[in-house]
Amino acid sequence: MKLLRLAFFALVIRPVLLILLGVNLRGREKLPISGPAVLAANHNSHLDTLTLIALFPLRDLPRIRPVAAMDYFLKNRFLAWFATNIIGILPIDRQSGAKEGANPLEACEEALVRGDILILFPEGSRGEPERLSGFKKGIAHLARGCPDVPVIPIFMYGLGRALPKGSFILVPFNCDIVVGDELYGEEDISAFMTRYEAEMKHLASDLHLPVWE
Amino acid sequence: MSVLSGLSTVHQALIGIYALLLIASGIVAALLRKGVSGSGELVARVKSWWWMIGVFTFAILIGPAASVIFLGFLSFLALKEYFSLIPTRRIDREVLLWAYLAVPIQFYWVYSEWYGMFIVFIPVWMFLFLSMVITLRGETEGFLRAVGTYTWGLMITVFALSHLAGLMFLGREIGNPAGGAGLLLFLVFLTQFNDVAQFTWGKLFGKHAIVSKVSPKKTWEGFLGGLATTTLVAVFLGPFLTVMDPLWSAFAGAAIAAAGFIGDVTISALKRDLKVKDSSGLIPGHGGILDRVDSLTYAAPAFFHIIRYFYA
Repeated sequence: MKLLRLAFFALVIRPVLLILLGVNLRGREKLPISGPAVLAANHNSHLDTLTLIALFPLRDLPRIRPVAAMDYFLKNRFLAWFATNIIGILPIDRQSGAKEGANPLEACEEALVRGDILILFPEGSRGEPERLSGFKKGIAHLARGCPDVPVIPIFMYGLGRALPKGSFILVPFNCDIVVGDELYGEEDISAFMTRYEAEMKHLASDLHLPVWE
Repeated sequence: MSVLSGLSTVHQALIGIYALLLIASGIVAALLRKGVSGSGELVARVKSWWWMIGVFTFAILIGPAASVIFLGFLSFLALKEYFSLIPTRRIDREVLLWAYLAVPIQFYWVYSEWYGMFIVFIPVWMFLFLSMVITLRGETEGFLRAVGTYTWGLMITVFALSHLAGLMFLGREIGNPAGGAGLLLFLVFLTQFNDVAQFTWGKLFGKHAIVSKVSPKKTWEGFLGGLATTTLVAVFLGPFLTVMDPLWSAFAGAAIAAAGFIGDVTISALKRDLKVKDSSGLIPGHGGILDRVDSLTYAAPAFFHIIRYFYA
């Protein structure tokens, strides 16, 4: 299964990214060389996860785990198999926060202890493509729980034009990815969120964002 | 020269280009050792030149089919870069897919040597078809901008650039001794050479801007100096790579220099309007594909039709 995942990224995702899409990456040197780390990006498209994974060398593949909602990705058997084995998601239960005493981020913290690189989308869902919706605070809680783990803000633009929510037709577009400076968790949840949001706005302001209405 | 005489003129010209590239690499290496500021950028630039010339050599030596595929892919990348830069309407996602489809079709006409279709497909059929598809999306808000920008992009990045591939076949049709590859090499080398020559003359003597709002660094001194140098080089290169005598070669060289300049400032105007510096970050030290082929978008059709009109 590991081989299948490797083959999928080497033979499908990378060529597609190289030919049909095109990534303009800024700040490559700020990407973590080894785990543990959390990549916190905005979310426009299913392609976001695949593109972020493909930024890393193939040998790092087993270490890179996109955090994804259990209720969406495990809802049917094929999707569950694909998401778990090929994409390598780390499923979390979005509803469990409501339950008494359950920590929905437990699996994430365990993965970070193992030295994995997590991909997290603080917006929660893809929402309106290419428009930032509010960030959820889970990322701040995770950072507070693992204060030594760097959180790397990443701003992405363009993949929502190529494959927005609700569409199955891929239209070639270049995309921009800007990697920001790492942040570390702190006691004050809202202070962390303010820093994260400010960094994301700063990264976005560096880019030319064509109008897409 | 006795060793070289066994090779075709295209091979000899390529060897000359690689010699130039080696000299450039040597100069950059010397600058780097001296620690001249900005030489890091030059290193990236020369490294990218090696890649581009390497791929280009491969594409034209392997045969016409490989050249068409390579140039078609170049066209696709230019179109993709263009669509990624400009504002597009959400509702037009599928329209853009049709525009992309025009790339393989247009280059197929080139490959099948169907000149009539090659010359009308995009200006007539795709022009009307895309406008129809956009209309049928049913959204009038931003309609004119959409029709205008999509068809213009298709003309510049696909129709104009497909003339590069057309030269491969035109060369055979007119019985060019060095073949289509000779014509293509003549055009591409002189266009890129002219870019460098205009830049250098402008840097040394540039005072009077031609269109200051579009491109403040493009001066009359740079333009005329580049034009003269390119014409001179063309006089020597023309009889070697093409059917043209020195006089016609001079005329073609001047036309390439002038058209190349217009292509360059036209893409500059586009970028300035969109407020971007480079069209993408695909080629380190150069920017994007559009930044590299800007001059060719004008020089290729101009040179193609000059040759076709006077020699075919």
